[in-house]
Amino acid sequence: MPKIVYVQPDGTETALDVDAGTTVMRAALAAGVQGIVAECGGNAMCATCHVYTDPSDSDRLPAVGDDEDEMLDCTAGAREDGSRLSCQLPITEAMEGLAVRVPREQV
Amino acid sequence: MSTVIVGAGQAGVHLAVSLRQAGYAERIVLIGDEPALPYQRPPLSKAFLLGAATEEAIQLRPESFYPSESIDLLTGERATGIDLATACVQLASGTRIAWEHLVLATGARPRTLGVPGKSLDGVLPLRSLAHARELARRIGTARHVVVVGGGFIGLEFAAAVARDGITTTLLEGADRLMGRAVTSPVSRFFAESHRARGVEVRLGVAAAEFLGVRGRVTAVRATDGRNHPADLVVVGAGVTPDTELAARAGLPTGDGILVDETLRTADERVFAIGDCARFPSTHAGTLLRLESVQNATGQAAHVAREIVAPGRCPYQALPWFWSDQKGLRLQIAGLTHRHDETALLGDPDSGRFSVAAFRNGRLVALEAVNRPADYQAARRLLSRGAALTASDVTAPGFSLKTAAA
Repeated sequence: MPKIVYVQPDGTETALDVDAGTTVMRAALAAGVQGIVAECGGNAMCATCHVYTDPSDSDRLPAVGDDEDEMLDCTAGAREDGSRLSCQLPITEAMEGLAVRVPREQV
Repeated sequence: MSTVIVGAGQAGVHLAVSLRQAGYAERIVLIGDEPALPYQRPPLSKAFLLGAATEEAIQLRPESFYPSESIDLLTGERATGIDLATACVQLASGTRIAWEHLVLATGARPRTLGVPGKSLDGVLPLRSLAHARELARRIGTARHVVVVGGGFIGLEFAAAVARDGITTTLLEGADRLMGRAVTSPVSRFFAESHRARGVEVRLGVAAAEFLGVRGRVTAVRATDGRNHPADLVVVGAGVTPDTELAARAGLPTGDGILVDETLRTADERVFAIGDCARFPSTHAGTLLRLESVQNATGQAAHVAREIVAPGRCPYQALPWFWSDQKGLRLQIAGLTHRHDETALLGDPDSGRFSVAAFRNGRLVALEAVNRPADYQAARRLLSRGAALTASDVTAPGFSLKTAAA
């Protein structure tokens, strides 16, 4: 059960032990983590589950897909190098300890 | 004191969640008449039908979420009456629940067709988890599928089932697909795409009769007299808002529960949100009822704010929609209602293009087909009320993304 850490804009951290196979988005919804809205339910259609990962973590995350890449343009919180849609991040053992920052704005 | 929410679909659940996230500490009761845990409807006409998503995967929240957030979720329970005088909801099980705020998120029911044979075995609507389970069970053995209605649900279903070895026929009474929701160029593109995948798309033709043998459907007779063999018929003929409870309580209704711009009904303690609510839309400039996830969640978030900190603010969120028809991703920002001009961006023959829609010389909506970047940029532009004309967006060198930055 990898541990995923969600960091709010004010620095508050929520650490969750998450089953491999779910996604960073679904795990956040299940635990009621603030700031992950995920209106479309995980279809890369709405970009309201945007998170910032540390660019140094990119090698243990799946590559950004074409649709995800386009949806990350013009997100409510400005795009950065490590920007991802958390619905496109299925959790694997390799992601143990991954920290994701939640943007101030999502919608 | 407490907030009672009637209806545990996307709108009802999002309201309960939004109230807690906004710090609401009073009791929340969420009443749903279906037996299952609250679930997402969009996958029902897509991945879930094909077994690519489990019931657990489409739950809005896991079972443990509700007690952990102190949300009293009552599943398989039906509200049978609202007493405005004593501020109580009556439940079918006999319980009465008092409320300070009441929110009606009762949703909608599939519209049934007044067509002979509509009760034959094998003629099914697609709205609930129970419907989708039944359809998923029958898809495997179906050989001749007829879809009645060329809206989002009918097309998503047709896209999901179409494969070699079965015939799929879609009947749409209007002269184009998704006519209530999209512009003509998008209708045309989807008709051609579905035909290319082997779906027989018939426009201007409706179902006249469902024919059967020993109670089971065997064919659909179309209004032009042609018979289409059928062992499975899906009726996607739109929905009727569930207004009964409100009407019986004396709240004004009319194709929806009527609310003001703050989403309050005629009784200011009672709100209505989601598919069942008819509200004055700033984007359409008219009374409107929308059936979409965004409308459910946007209105829920708005009402949560009004309950926690009543500001009598108007609901103004930009509507958006999506439909995924097996690799054809349609995303719509804004409302195309009463548009009088369109502009094409990109080439439909490439399978990636957008249509911008204008009303009175101003951008009101954008439909993106497999072009998410256009959609995202348009959402931002429309949300901020950017004034763009058709000649602006078709000018050489114009980029939506740059304009939105």
